[in-house]
Amino acid sequence: MQGANGGTPESGNGANSSQGELALFLPDGIQTHEYTERAMKKKMKLVVIGNGMAGIRTVEELLKMAPDLYDISVFGAEPHCNYNRILLSPVLAGEKSLNDIILNQEDWYTEHHITLYKGEKATLIDRKNRSVIGELGARADYDRLLIATGSSPFILPIPGRELSGVVAFRDIKDVDQMLEAARTGRHAVVIGGGLLGLEAANGLRKQGMDVTVVHNMTSLMERQLDEPAASLLQNSLEQSGLSFLIAAQTEAIIGENRVRAVRFKDGLEIPADLVVMAVGIRPNIELAKASGIHCERGIIVSDTMQTYDPSVYAVGECVQHRGELFGLVAPTFEQAKVCANQLAEVGSGRYRGSVTSTKLKVTGIDLFSAGDFKGGEGFEELVMQDPSRGIYKKLVVKDNRIRGAVLYGDTVAGGWYFQLMRESTDIQSFRESILFGHSNMADEGRDGQSIASMSDDAEVCGCNGVCKKTVVDAILEKKLFTLDEVRAHTKASSSCGSCTGLVEQILQATVGNYDPTPAEKPVCACTTHAHDAVRQQIAQRGLKSLDAIFRSLDWQTPDGCQKCRPALNYYLLCAWPSEYRDDPNSRFINERVHANIQKDGTYSVVPRMWGGLTTPDELRAIAGVADKFQIPTVKVTGGQRIDLLGVKKEDLPAVWAELNSAGMVSGHAYGKSLRTVKTCVGSEWCRFGTQDSTGLGVKLEKMTWGSWTPHKFKMAVSGCPRNCAEATIKDFGIICVDSGYEIHVGGNGGIKIRGTDLLVKVSSETEVFEYCGAFMQIYREEGRYLERTAPWIERVGLAYVKSRLENAEERQRLFEKFKVSQETAQVDPWAELSKPAARSEFVAIASLENSHV
Amino acid sequence: MSEWIQIGAVLDFPRQGSRVVESPKGAIAVFRTQDDRFFALHDRCPHRGGPLSQGIVYGHRIACPLHSWVIELETGEAVAPDEGETACFQIREDQGNIYLKV
Repeated sequence: MQGANGGTPESGNGANSSQGELALFLPDGIQTHEYTERAMKKKMKLVVIGNGMAGIRTVEELLKMAPDLYDISVFGAEPHCNYNRILLSPVLAGEKSLNDIILNQEDWYTEHHITLYKGEKATLIDRKNRSVIGELGARADYDRLLIATGSSPFILPIPGRELSGVVAFRDIKDVDQMLEAARTGRHAVVIGGGLLGLEAANGLRKQGMDVTVVHNMTSLMERQLDEPAASLLQNSLEQSGLSFLIAAQTEAIIGENRVRAVRFKDGLEIPADLVVMAVGIRPNIELAKASGIHCERGIIVSDTMQTYDPSVYAVGECVQHRGELFGLVAPTFEQAKVCANQLAEVGSGRYRGSVTSTKLKVTGIDLFSAGDFKGGEGFEELVMQDPSRGIYKKLVVKDNRIRGAVLYGDTVAGGWYFQLMRESTDIQSFRESILFGHSNMADEGRDGQSIASMSDDAEVCGCNGVCKKTVVDAILEKKLFTLDEVRAHTKASSSCGSCTGLVEQILQATVGNYDPTPAEKPVCACTTHAHDAVRQQIAQRGLKSLDAIFRSLDWQTPDGCQKCRPALNYYLLCAWPSEYRDDPNSRFINERVHANIQKDGTYSVVPRMWGGLTTPDELRAIAGVADKFQIPTVKVTGGQRIDLLGVKKEDLPAVWAELNSAGMVSGHAYGKSLRTVKTCVGSEWCRFGTQDSTGLGVKLEKMTWGSWTPHKFKMAVSGCPRNCAEATIKDFGIICVDSGYEIHVGGNGGIKIRGTDLLVKVSSETEVFEYCGAFMQIYREEGRYLERTAPWIERVGLAYVKSRLENAEERQRLFEKFKVSQETAQVDPWAELSKPAARSEFVAIASLENSHV
Repeated sequence: MSEWIQIGAVLDFPRQGSRVVESPKGAIAVFRTQDDRFFALHDRCPHRGGPLSQGIVYGHRIACPLHSWVIELETGEAVAPDEGETACFQIREDQGNIYLKV
């Protein structure tokens, strides 16, 4: 009933060594213990000034991490619960109702035991006694204070600004006044031709008013748009019925008690029943300033979102971080995350600023802008203009990297350009087609699809069968803001990712302008470190175990997760090939049992056939195994191997032993590793063959089998340019020509097909081996886990890979390193695992009788 | 009537790993976590029936090998936003041996 022995020798040793390591965890353990005790004794008090998006987002993030750490009180000047301010424009335009944009209903506050002083403005921060006083007399003591007072609209200091009918566009009260004016009056004047002003103007027009937009600069939205895009925008807004006064200086607002007209410096006067000031915002810093907290234009905060008083934090539009002020929601949410992290006393989150993009929320107008869109000296501009279709696209590029973008009329690719910009991707290899968008790169097949024209039941995600309505409903019901959240809740875009652009558009149309902005994504939720940073630390600090990484790099979980452990295990294996011992429990099941798991829990087994060659004896052995173990399906794979499908887990060791005894080893068809070398028959048989492609393929496979790589790695050798082995869609492909060998790299089939780039042409097999090993080694060392060579090369640039490999000394050094790591890698895992001592993992430890259950 | 059945010794179970107990009503997956706790679940993911025993164990959770659903070992519940539940079994350790209540 019990396993024959006490586990494998490996697992025994593993247990001992990690017990030894556990002792080193003690200081942390004690801290956690004390921390819990303190929380049990008495909760700390957190007071939040500001019931808006930034403050409440911070509280939500905090509750996720440390639900019981604080008693929380919130002061909110507005008589509402927290609502989505960026959706005020659709409310004004009559496309959404007030109820649609409430983010947290009253019961949310109750449920989390949050005391809400609704409609009570905080008027004093008494830092000496750590207390906040409200205008109606409420008093809340704090251990930690969070200031999230947001910003106020800037009101031009001109005569008449105090008249009734002059409003800003900031909160629900303003929207109510505007809607009221739209019912009774006819003429609206919006001062300010920026993002907010245009959204206000559009909303008022939709409410039936005659709207004139007054702008003191020479073109609209000059902070987001260049002149060509701005004039296209102005044209189409004029066609929709708006009037514009450009480069106009407002002198006064005229009226007795209520506004009647607006007068300009040149003497022109136009009628107005409503004037909306949308000329900018100013951080609300008065309260903080009065309590002695250091402010400049905003409340000064550090990377931990702390003000000069370490018990006082601040987030959102009221802060000034590294000299920057903020007016968009994306950076605000990133600050909220960092601040919550600090308040929860976990981890080491730091805010380092944000890159943002802008979209205009005016129905029927597609506009996208990001980064340094103006360019200038030292920059290149890629421009596409199609006036009759109303399309304008401009990318600002430096050193083959996108620095900024302006899109008008067709913004489908906006998210993609933004990602290329944030990740500083080398665009050289696809810059000739980049302006046509992502869909042009043969991956999406959804060219020109606009989400507005999609029906509710149209399929968005083909992998998981998710339709548009499901995505929209989830966004609204679950209050989702980010792509990752939509992925988690709906599964849309979570498998192959080709519908990501579409999902991002739905997200933007439904919830407004939100883009995640971190430059480099952390490995997983356990850490703030990105892949490259972790690898650097592994090398620099000589980290040689998973535990050492978790400890030294402040992992937020004791033993990682299913995302980071496989990545870290690979990085350790790659960095310390002869020292690090592989951790099978940090590998996906396929690599743990060296077979591919199938949907019914059985496995598929693929023996290696060098270069796709086999023999009658091998075929007989395979047939014998299939018969003996009643394997239901035998199939030839795309990589020229034979796949035995439907093998029961307990049969695996015996199947391997039989294949081993016929001279076959694991084909690694399951791993992030060298898969197969596909070949054509070459000069030995083919009347067109120029070189012995089959022989070369066999030699390459013998050299490279067993090596672990960041993702799967496929090769092929074609004997002539007819390319029967399809070498130009492989990670490493050889095309033989009469004078030698062309080496092609970075191709793949799959979701996003990518043809290879020509790396170099060489004249001997020896050089092919050297380039192959060296190329694999750079990819092994610098590719991120689960990044195939195709996206890796697009990220770092072919020029970089070439420059490393063209240098003969460097190439040989890399090849040597590759060979060293192969010394420990080329052990047949099947032979190892079919030894009696290792077999216990494959069988049940016990079997219950009928009488037991 | 339920009873405690000895299914093996602590050392038979690898840390951050699992072993399977067969039963006429379907396999039961027994997990050992990094902090040496033991848990037993019906070896079927509530999503598409994947064998949870073959997943990656971390913290007190298991990630299903088929589509990466994550299941809480203590409760058998899927981690939000996924929804579903798999049956749990009582398990205990006594003097180096592991007992399952069936």
